[in-house]
Amino acid sequence: MNKKTFQAALSATIPVMLGYLSIGIAFGVMLQTQAGYNFLWAGGMSVIIYAGSMQYLAVDLLARGAGLLEVVVMTLLVNSRHMVYGLSMLTKFKGMGKRKWYMIFSLTDETYALLSSARVPVGVEPKSYYFTIALLDQSYWIMGSLIGAVAGSLIPFSTQGIDFAMTALFVVICTDQWLTYPTRIPAILGAACALVALILVGASNMLIPAMLALILIFFIGRKQIEPKFDVMKTANGQEG
Amino acid sequence: MHAYTTTQALVTILVIAAVTFFTRAFPFLLFGRKGNPPGYVLYLGKVLPPAIIAMLVVYCLKGVTPFTYPYGLPELISVTAVVALHVWKRNNLLSIFGGTALYMILVQVVFR
Repeated sequence: MNKKTFQAALSATIPVMLGYLSIGIAFGVMLQTQAGYNFLWAGGMSVIIYAGSMQYLAVDLLARGAGLLEVVVMTLLVNSRHMVYGLSMLTKFKGMGKRKWYMIFSLTDETYALLSSARVPVGVEPKSYYFTIALLDQSYWIMGSLIGAVAGSLIPFSTQGIDFAMTALFVVICTDQWLTYPTRIPAILGAACALVALILVGASNMLIPAMLALILIFFIGRKQIEPKFDVMKTANGQEG
Repeated sequence: MHAYTTTQALVTILVIAAVTFFTRAFPFLLFGRKGNPPGYVLYLGKVLPPAIIAMLVVYCLKGVTPFTYPYGLPELISVTAVVALHVWKRNNLLSIFGGTALYMILVQVVFR
């Protein structure tokens, strides 16, 4: 990884840095105060699990000593959206050798969002750019959980609301895609499925039914939707 | 007091890690071998990213309470600001920092 790649990846991941540091800190604080596990556990979990929403739930599982079957089922349900993410990365991760396994391991919501919208700067090798993005994202997450577990109560100003950086990141990517994609149908369908699921099954269980409905609709509407994508122009906006 | 013994806690964490990795590796194990994945998989790979990003925007806003104070106003104002900034300048960092700073002010000072 050369300096230019690192700088480009660093600037692309700054929004995730803000988001991961803040929600990572919250995770470290929660694990310490609610389940009674110190920074070694927080850091270790962020190294080997590396899944934000699941680690939040894990605090609860650890605190009440949940059974293994419940742990397995809950992890499958909460992370099943990741099964979908890989589908759009099959070709992107091709030819990455050993690094491919790390890319698969580290495919969180945010890394997925960055990678699927990444415009590789001129003169930067795409594969090492992707790898550096993935690696930086996880390092922010680990740092956040360590800081939270060690010093969560010492931060001098209120960070309330800083996790909005994550929402803002998704909104920015969504806006970019809205302006540059040849069709807005997938975005509208995605938002619609999410809204309907949110109303019908509530906030904590919305993602899985929303994704199943979305995939079903994509299958049914393939003949109408796919041709609109084949005229896809290359997105050539400027770098952020 | 811990609900688990240290071994139980370690096993739980390792199981979560293994299942999480499995969910991420699943499409690669299924379609990642030699040859190209079937057409419908490539089709899904094309249409899903914009759809899922839009879905995640809704998911991020799932905690908004439109019928009770503050009626989702901090989120509505900040998301509008992010979109407006982005359409205007097309600078990722400016849009994200601007929107986040505004949101923090709104939830900490304005809509307390």
